[in-house]
Amino acid sequence: MNTNGSIYRRRQIRSIGALTLATLATAVGLFLLVWILGSTFINGLAAISPRLFTQMTPPPGSDGGLLNAFFGSFLMVMLATVIGTPIGIAAGTFLAEYNRNGKLSAVIRFVNDILLSAPSIIIGLFVYELVVRQTGHFSGYAGGIALSFILLPVVVRTTDEMLRLVPDVMREAALSLGIPRWKMITDVLYKAARAGILTGVLLAIARISGETAPLLFTALNNQYWSADLSQPMANVPVVIFQYAMSPYDQWHTLAWAGAFIMTFFILLLSVVSRLVLNKRKSF
Amino acid sequence: MRGETQTTAERTNCAAESASAGKLALDNVNFYYGDTQALKDVSLVFPEREVSALIGPSGCGKSTLLRILNKIYAIYPHQRATGAVLLDGQNILADNYPTNALRARVGMVFQKPVPFPMSIYENVAYGVRHHEKLRKSEMDARVEEALIQSALWDEVKDKLSSSGLSLSGGQQQRLCIARAVALRPEVLLLDEPTSALDPISTAKIEELISQIKTKFTIVIVTHNMQQASRISDNTAFMYLGQLIEYDKTATMFQNPTQKQTEDYITGRYG
Repeated sequence: MNTNGSIYRRRQIRSIGALTLATLATAVGLFLLVWILGSTFINGLAAISPRLFTQMTPPPGSDGGLLNAFFGSFLMVMLATVIGTPIGIAAGTFLAEYNRNGKLSAVIRFVNDILLSAPSIIIGLFVYELVVRQTGHFSGYAGGIALSFILLPVVVRTTDEMLRLVPDVMREAALSLGIPRWKMITDVLYKAARAGILTGVLLAIARISGETAPLLFTALNNQYWSADLSQPMANVPVVIFQYAMSPYDQWHTLAWAGAFIMTFFILLLSVVSRLVLNKRKSF
Repeated sequence: MRGETQTTAERTNCAAESASAGKLALDNVNFYYGDTQALKDVSLVFPEREVSALIGPSGCGKSTLLRILNKIYAIYPHQRATGAVLLDGQNILADNYPTNALRARVGMVFQKPVPFPMSIYENVAYGVRHHEKLRKSEMDARVEEALIQSALWDEVKDKLSSSGLSLSGGQQQRLCIARAVALRPEVLLLDEPTSALDPISTAKIEELISQIKTKFTIVIVTHNMQQASRISDNTAFMYLGQLIEYDKTATMFQNPTQKQTEDYITGRYG
């Protein structure tokens, strides 16, 4: 009995030790997170003004807004989504439906996972070489293409995984009605998996909205209003980067405002995708 | 063993002749999952507009046999069937037999109810729309006809636009039957259609099967012998990939010729 008692006590002490360490680690992580979000929130909220959405990025030492940067970011993210989503869904469909256990698919999934975790600056350099050097100048197109390379693997992977979650009997049920395979996929499987796929696309958009490195090499920046994708284009992440590094107070304020709105936007996208995913059972 | 197979084949022919014309006939069918043989030299005839039940212990090949009849096995690589399956005299296993046309003539209902993620109406109309161009009023009539045949109409007529997934399990299974009969198939394959359902839903589906058998040739796989004896006209007993005995259901249950059949039916193994 005595020996047993000491074993239990030792275990209890170790359990308390582990629990303490885990709690500490959580506290450190949460503290940093709250600190980052808190300072963004406090500084950003103070910098919010209607001017942000009506005026262009100012020259050093004067007031202005971020309208051209918001618009540029919006255009390039749209371009990336338009390029990357169809290709990603098509590739994911190939992996899940046409070559699920094939050797080719194993290779594609492996390469896709590498692309998924590739440093975004590498992708920026790649598109710099591919587009900027060929055309001779920075452009919104190059920015959109670079962002689409980051979005693509996310969409490929979620489509692949969400389609594989659809049970085989659903495929058999559709095919047993004499429906051809492509039609079964577009009419039945995409409907069954659409919440998951849509969530993947939304999260990918959230991810590329904040990307800075690939845009530095491709879209660069533009102090003025421009809707011309073949020219250098303003965008929020690069403006934040540039203004935060500058010695001017007005620019600092604008950088905080940009950071706050960016964070808020990404938070919104995450919440919306969560809602979409939770609603999936309703149809 | 050879003698026994011979006897089985003869009895099969007897059953076919005594019944009305055979709708579907299997002739020396073998089936393989990769290198594993799941069916061995199966020959039998399913008479038109009758219910034929396939019984036998798990893994005996009864579901495999059913999955040959609409060639649904063909969507998986490494699964193949040899021999001949004649639908109105034509071999559906022939490479040039059009698979999708076959599946429109031979409908299937699965063990687990799987409504498509669409409205109740669309679930029924979906298959029809692919094979026939119907006007809205004609389609409405077709959907109603199928839902009435599957004994679901009264429960869903006021909520045709709500999701098929909102129905109960038993209702979902009847929706799947409606989806299959909406195509007006000639043959209906039922793969343990009540094994996931409660007794009341099961009774409803059995009743519905006895009502629609005047329209379709029905082949049902069941692991429930009482069900086979209640609803079927013919029963085939399978064991280890072989057809042991096939005859009128009454004969099979009261006076089987094979010892194995008797043992299974009286619950001595299985």
